[in-house]
Amino acid sequence: MAKKTYIQAITDALDIVLEDDPKTLIFGEDVGKNGGVFRTTQGLQEKYGEDRVFDTPLAESGIMGLATGLGLTGWRPIPEIQFMGFSFEAVDQIAGQLARMRFRFDGLKNAPVTIRTPYGGGTHTAEMHADNLENFFTGIPGLRVVMPSNPYDAKGLLISSVENNDPVLFMENLKLYRSMKDDIPDGKYTVPLDKANVVREGNDITIVAYGAEVNEALKVADTLAEKNISAEVIDLRTVSPIDTETIFKSIEKTHKVVVVQEAQKMAGVGAQVASAIAEGAILSLDAPVGRVAAPNSVYPFALGEDIWIPRAKEIEEKVNEILNY
Amino acid sequence: MANKPIVDFEAIKNNLSNVSKPIQVLNENAEITDQEIFDTFSDDDLVEFMKKMVWERALHEQTMNFSRQGRMGFYAPTEGEEASEMGTVLAMKKQDYLLPAYRDVPQLIQHGATVTEAYLWSRGNVVGNKFKARSMMPQIIIGAAYVEAAGVGLGIKKNKEEDTIAFTYTGDGGTSQGDSYEGMNFAGAYQAPVLFIVQNNGFAISTPRVKQTAAPTLAQKAVAAGIPSVQVDGMDILACYAVAKAARDYMVAGNGPVLIETLTYRFGAHSSAGDDPKRYRTKAEEQPWFEKDPLIRLRKVLEDKGLWSEEQEDKLVDEYKASFKEAIKEADAAPSDKVSDMLKRTFEIPTPEMKQEIDKFEAKESK
Repeated sequence: MAKKTYIQAITDALDIVLEDDPKTLIFGEDVGKNGGVFRTTQGLQEKYGEDRVFDTPLAESGIMGLATGLGLTGWRPIPEIQFMGFSFEAVDQIAGQLARMRFRFDGLKNAPVTIRTPYGGGTHTAEMHADNLENFFTGIPGLRVVMPSNPYDAKGLLISSVENNDPVLFMENLKLYRSMKDDIPDGKYTVPLDKANVVREGNDITIVAYGAEVNEALKVADTLAEKNISAEVIDLRTVSPIDTETIFKSIEKTHKVVVVQEAQKMAGVGAQVASAIAEGAILSLDAPVGRVAAPNSVYPFALGEDIWIPRAKEIEEKVNEILNY
Repeated sequence: MANKPIVDFEAIKNNLSNVSKPIQVLNENAEITDQEIFDTFSDDDLVEFMKKMVWERALHEQTMNFSRQGRMGFYAPTEGEEASEMGTVLAMKKQDYLLPAYRDVPQLIQHGATVTEAYLWSRGNVVGNKFKARSMMPQIIIGAAYVEAAGVGLGIKKNKEEDTIAFTYTGDGGTSQGDSYEGMNFAGAYQAPVLFIVQNNGFAISTPRVKQTAAPTLAQKAVAAGIPSVQVDGMDILACYAVAKAARDYMVAGNGPVLIETLTYRFGAHSSAGDDPKRYRTKAEEQPWFEKDPLIRLRKVLEDKGLWSEEQEDKLVDEYKASFKEAIKEADAAPSDKVSDMLKRTFEIPTPEMKQEIDKFEAKESK
């Protein structure tokens, strides 16, 4: 057991899967000698050699095509897309090719690929570095999308993702990379790819969140506790699939729900959660589904993030509105 | 001021057109233009090449008949491209990987898929994709196969698979896709054994080759990726085979990728789905290419050697077409797909929500 950052937890997971399975490969831009621009793959090339951990030419579609082809020849690739905004360059390879492999061949061939990529606002990066693109990628059948909110989950979910035979998009939150530490057990453990986590139990209202917003929701729960209001906070952990059972169970108890996301409001994870509730649990509710999401503008330039990204203040306002409905 | 420009860009540009002549063994008058390569083939080899082209032509004709009868799905006609397709695929070994595009169904069959499976693929029945061959299904996104081939090539190298390479195909239009460059560049960077084949049949649906690029040849597109490349007379099966085999031999000796551009021609429409070449090319433009028909020149050589006759060819065509009629009957008998199965094969283990959907559809399907 050791205190580790989100980045260190990911490095730890990568070290374990490289050690465990000689067929795993890590590749991407600057992941080798440089250890990745965030040092997530630090020391891994040194330890496992250039055959297992290697740099690629600077081309995202090429990286993903490489992953698909390596998957077809028996390897278990873990490619890195250096920043999630760059994944637009690889949309055909991800959506048009990789995610369809099992479907096309009725399981005779598959693509056990885990794509790691950093995303998420609040660190004032250059354009196309921070966009929350889960709304886009959860619309792709055949692709699992995983969004850990803390170092412990990051390690366990990453190991599960690599061991899973379906393609997984593993989204690493930039803001969380170095801002929080957890006690991380040594060695291997896994976190399931289809179970949400009740990170805080409560009776008065349910807050559903994922990624960096889980911590914001927990802050709000603390504030509410001071007023003797107990909020239950659910961390989705995976946004494709979404564990609706855990959400419904919570709503049956609290009868109120606020769904939080950092991404724009249109057609995404929060909308999916809200519609699932409307379909499957609406009679448990005694107030409308509250939603907190970013405005439907184009993702802002660095300085715009501070006024654009919804954080604890916006969640608290919405929670109070639903509580007082 | 000197009159001479600091850099003579015009001269550099003009120099790009200084390329070697395409490799050819038999010209369209059936004259041997490269005796050395020709002599590497036995009479049996020549007969085998002819049989393969007759097979592909028969496959094309019979499949187009099925298409007109409404018995096929999407199918890309191959008439005119027999030398390019059969010549290159005959250089493959069973253990090689194939990443074909949609006009490369004949190569997929040669590499181990059955005609029945090819027909089911065309119709859009998943049973057609369950072939045993080391091959992807025909790629629809031209260019995509090139990046995947780089991965397959690197996988072969990492697996230390001996005497094995990846073959991948695209067309003249496909070389305009960014992916085709990314694939070549990755394969070059990793020295992965991939044979990139560009079947330049003159048209991307209606857009002529000359409008795709200012590059004088498509083979040159490999140069920027550090890959050796060559143009071949794509209407000459002897040249196509010889060059593909030489490329394969070069790669299995431990070398990196090669690109071959075959200069060929699509005699008919782009696809079975209503394309009409009369809209974009004239009979006068087509005629010289029809005269280059790859079957004509090899047939003449064989007839002159007393190795081939019209009766023999007619008999073969009848046999082949009979086998295709059997294949389509088998395709007719294949089970149709079910929505529950579509859900089941999306993920290895269906998600809880999908399980509910599966139950719902299975209940309907059992009625």
